[in-house]
Amino acid sequence: MDLSFILIQALNGLASASSLFITACGLTLVFGVTRIVNFAHGSLYMVGAYTAATLVPRLLEMSYGPATFWAGIVLSALVVGLIGILLEILLLRRIYRAPELFQLLATFGVVLVFQDLVVQIFGPQDILGPRAPGLRQPIEILGRRFPSYELALIIAGPIVLGAVWLLLRRTRFGILVRAATQDRDMVAALGVNQALLFTGTLFCGAFLAGLGGALQIPRVAANTGMDLSVIAECFVVTVVGGMGSVPGAFLAALIIGQLQAFGILIFPKSTLVVVFLLMALVLAIRPNGFFGRPEATGGSHVVGIASRAPVRSGPLLMIAVLVVLAALPLIADPYLLKVATEILILALFAFSLQLLIGVGGLVSFGHAAFFGLGAYGAALAVKWLEASMFVAVPSGLLLAGAGGALIGAFLVRLSGIYLAMMTLAAAQILYAVAFQWVDVTGGDNGIIGVWPPAWAGPRAIYYLLTLAVTAIALFGLTRLIDAPFGYALRAARDSEPRAESIGLAVRRHRWLAFVAAGAGAGLAGALYAFSRGSVDPSLLGIPTSVDALTMLLLGGIQALTGPLAGAAVLHALRDWIMPLTPFWRLLLGLSIITMVLIFPRGLVGTVFHGREERA
Amino acid sequence: MAKTSMTRWLALGLGLALAAPTVQAQQAPIRIGELNSYSKWAAFTVPYRQGWQLAVDEINAMGGVLGRKIEIISRDDGATTGDATRVAEELVTREGVSFLFGSFLSNVGVAMADYANQKKILYIAAEPLTDAITMAQGNRYTFRVRPSNFMQVGMLVDQAKASGAKRWAIVAPNYEYGQSAAEVFKRLIKERVPGAEIVAEQYPALGKIEAGATVSAIEQAKPDGIFNVTFGPDLTQFVREGNSRGLFEGKTVLSLLTGEPEWLLPLKDEIPEGWTVTGYPWDEIKDPKHKAFVDTYRAKYNDTPRLGSLLGYVVVNMIRDTIERAGSVETEALVKALEDAKFDTVIGPVTMRGLDNQSTMGAWVGKLVLKGATGGMTEWKYNDGASFMPSEAEVKATRKD
Amino acid sequence: MTLLEAKGLRKAFGGVVAARDVSLTVERGEMVALIGPNGAGKSTVFNMIGGQLRADAGSVLLDGVAITDATPQDRFRKGIGRTFQVAQAFLSMTVLENIQMALISRHREALRLWTPARERYREDALQLLAQVGMEGTANRSCAELAYGDVKRVELAIALAGDPKLILMDEPTAGMAPAERSALMELTDTMTRSRRLGVLFTEHDMDVVFGHADRVLVLLGGQIIASGPPEEIRRNPKVREAYLGDTHGLRPLLTSSP
Repeated sequence: MDLSFILIQALNGLASASSLFITACGLTLVFGVTRIVNFAHGSLYMVGAYTAATLVPRLLEMSYGPATFWAGIVLSALVVGLIGILLEILLLRRIYRAPELFQLLATFGVVLVFQDLVVQIFGPQDILGPRAPGLRQPIEILGRRFPSYELALIIAGPIVLGAVWLLLRRTRFGILVRAATQDRDMVAALGVNQALLFTGTLFCGAFLAGLGGALQIPRVAANTGMDLSVIAECFVVTVVGGMGSVPGAFLAALIIGQLQAFGILIFPKSTLVVVFLLMALVLAIRPNGFFGRPEATGGSHVVGIASRAPVRSGPLLMIAVLVVLAALPLIADPYLLKVATEILILALFAFSLQLLIGVGGLVSFGHAAFFGLGAYGAALAVKWLEASMFVAVPSGLLLAGAGGALIGAFLVRLSGIYLAMMTLAAAQILYAVAFQWVDVTGGDNGIIGVWPPAWAGPRAIYYLLTLAVTAIALFGLTRLIDAPFGYALRAARDSEPRAESIGLAVRRHRWLAFVAAGAGAGLAGALYAFSRGSVDPSLLGIPTSVDALTMLLLGGIQALTGPLAGAAVLHALRDWIMPLTPFWRLLLGLSIITMVLIFPRGLVGTVFHGREERA
Repeated sequence: MAKTSMTRWLALGLGLALAAPTVQAQQAPIRIGELNSYSKWAAFTVPYRQGWQLAVDEINAMGGVLGRKIEIISRDDGATTGDATRVAEELVTREGVSFLFGSFLSNVGVAMADYANQKKILYIAAEPLTDAITMAQGNRYTFRVRPSNFMQVGMLVDQAKASGAKRWAIVAPNYEYGQSAAEVFKRLIKERVPGAEIVAEQYPALGKIEAGATVSAIEQAKPDGIFNVTFGPDLTQFVREGNSRGLFEGKTVLSLLTGEPEWLLPLKDEIPEGWTVTGYPWDEIKDPKHKAFVDTYRAKYNDTPRLGSLLGYVVVNMIRDTIERAGSVETEALVKALEDAKFDTVIGPVTMRGLDNQSTMGAWVGKLVLKGATGGMTEWKYNDGASFMPSEAEVKATRKD
Repeated sequence: MTLLEAKGLRKAFGGVVAARDVSLTVERGEMVALIGPNGAGKSTVFNMIGGQLRADAGSVLLDGVAITDATPQDRFRKGIGRTFQVAQAFLSMTVLENIQMALISRHREALRLWTPARERYREDALQLLAQVGMEGTANRSCAELAYGDVKRVELAIALAGDPKLILMDEPTAGMAPAERSALMELTDTMTRSRRLGVLFTEHDMDVVFGHADRVLVLLGGQIIASGPPEEIRRNPKVREAYLGDTHGLRPLLTSSP
């Protein structure tokens, strides 16, 4: 490995780092002021790329030259900045005081909306932008050719850093942004026009996201997968750098860029894992990243289930429901049975998340990790050990429980937004492992041939098996929640100092909650694998986690039975609507946003609340 | 030109419809399930859908098959194995389709093959190219129309012999299709080019290539030949980055599928000239039947055909013939009718080899060249798939059934 | 034996010394008040004894046993109960369940997974509630209670651990005057009848001089005076210390006889 090669590789890393920093810088600015982790930041980046890839060629036709090109880039970023203003006015300003969970979900709803809108507006084709005039020729470095546009990118990063620094230090707006980043309430007390400050910040954040996207067009074709891939990297950058810290983001982007450039040589197939492992490592040593400060927030996430008087007719009602469900195969066609099987499985999945969020107050944004572990545990047992279903399903449960133990051990030290980010990172690490450890997991291909034995193959039989297993698991989890263990978990959620001062080992309880929730989700994942015969990395992906959260939100996190109803409603709706419209994601996204804004109690919660109000 | 051809087809259709004895138009249509990655891989699949839609319209205009119309119920497979089998299950159990065809990504194709085998339902893989579908994971319910990786790579490697390149680098997406293509390339280049060695292998994740770093890493190994399997956005970035850094200068480059219009068009004027590719020079194929197809397609959609368009058109016509010969839409009858069946298609005769359920459809191999503002193929030649298929002994050794 | 003994406690944050060489004792059946102007280090000292902060130097002994580095959980088991400046109770539970939770923890049953928590130690919990005069609200949600009542529940929670010592951080902050004296009367009774030791901080000088057996005055992280209320009231050093602290000054002067 000679010097020129190392130099070129380092320059490659710098170019990636620069692009990443420009985008992540916007995310961290917005977080600093609004305390909202804006999931839709990646969508703004994507819109920036599409806008520039469409706009710049038209401009170049009118007048070809470097000035036109760069003007087009900035113009595209400005367009995205305006979208940011709309986003702030229409959505964000309504949820500044909402629990973190709702903020994350609402902005993820925006991600879904943008995914469909971008296809509608720009078409399904990937769009490759033109090359930058004046930068078409490569330059020679130590006998190797290096694209001059990459050099321009390397310079762009520090320019943006400098500009942001000037903005923050030399303008009144910047001083307010810094003050708000330090202490939001203080700014409120100063009598500053907060609405204007927040709108302005969103404009800056969105402008930077759009700029980051627009700068990509000569090297990357604008495509519909850009949003999630860049947002995952931006999360890593902002978390590693310290949420809200611009210099931290710069440093983190530099490290990650080099890690990717050289990682590709050492681990050609595991670049994704390396990046997320870095994040886990940094958070383990410095729970607030390089330059982050501990979050003084807290309290805002205390929403969840409360004690309720035991209903005398409860057990009878449960048995009646079970009997009805068990009789379903008598009347239902195979398709309905398949849907019912999946609803049962997803209900268990969502309910296990309820244990963490509703009971423990632990906002997990990566619950797919455990669902996927369960599914992969079962599938790997089938693939490598030729295990039968009765061995494979418990293997999935065990693997997910062990995963819960390992991940939980990292997580119990964190709280609030860092906890949510870390759960997301954990799920992404597992996603990356499943995706890139091809020899074991089959990578993108997944594992196929995960079928139940012949006698359990008919849909009615598998449905009844699933019903039995989920009913037992749900009963067990409910007991757990009503038992001292669940109460202690809730005690720690309600008031951590109080819980500690009555001798509760808060961290141990939380750790065990991760084990139990992991095992529950894992059981669901294993059943899911056998119901459809295969597993693939998407089971571990962000959308799977969001599905679970949506079910929870739909049912209501204040109601114990909420997730069960949520799973039924979401899955039935999806099944009914998805074949009818190409706008499923748009509808889902809008529904999530609507629920956060209008029915934060969820369906079951709203019904009960309405009943109490009348009483 | 286009207009006369349309009229001719319409006249033909009308004539056949009138000639058919007491058309049983009242009979319920034959329902066929189709699934593909329409949102994630629109560049290929949307033209493909237009292709099969054209065939369906023509067939139904002529009275359908077995006196029944054909109705295709199409779904998005989400480009993941899980979504695909979920959608397949929906098509079979709720929509009651008689059999399934379609899908784009190879991993999805393999999962579909497994599904077909488990549920004992016919599945015709249209696009997925991995060898596994007809070899290791092959089963009697799964058939493939396009030439497999083994066949297409075989065609390319034959071209490589003359170049004299010995030090080869591979760049392939890290999933079933890329892995399968890389594996068969490694095997064939060593078998057929004495002294050939692999000096670098890069496997970027599908859709996530870090083009700069990938190009540097290949450059570092100083290969004199490159075998490329990337396609779509990955390909575009790889080519642009490689062009910038002069990676392809003085090297022999073999590339799968790059000559297909769906992947050529996004490259615009940055076509890497001189690459040896498999592809589809649709505007230069002179055969009248093919020309008629192109004209009808252009007239109907006001767009030029992609390879996907051709494939969709060919597959549905093969399905029509199969149903007619089977005399029913029962799975067993269809499977029997497909095995060793001969079809007369717009690109010539194609046989569905019963040994491995792989069709003998071939591919066009040629060199990339810039034609005006976009790319095309030159010095091309159609290779019949029959002479590139795996041997009987190899098939028997690999297939489990 | 002395119930609580703190010796030479020291704590610095960065370069700022918040407590230096703080020593104090609390005996059984004794109520000790820790007073001082804002920023004198009351909370720091309090949290070092409660286990929320770790002391840089010095030691804390309970019944002669060192608990300097013990966690809050350990201190609870060794017999320290506490209440917080802003009342901390489990608002999603009923009043009774709050007490039951503390009893469950005391009996080390918090990890049990099967029997419903609401069936454990009902009688004991009801008894404790009766002692603080809250038995009528047992089945109401804690979130519905008036603030003064939450403070009473907190006291019952602290008592559920069967403590020898109770730490009360500004027990009457945020309460109406009538509620204040009621709560302190209750505490007074408990202390005498159960022979508990109580260490409390307080801003309200009526409460301090009305209920404390001894008063400690903290200034600049150091104890500058200690003794019975009458003595403290007359101490010139204390009067001087409170000059300039408008918050503490008035009550100290006006409540003199």
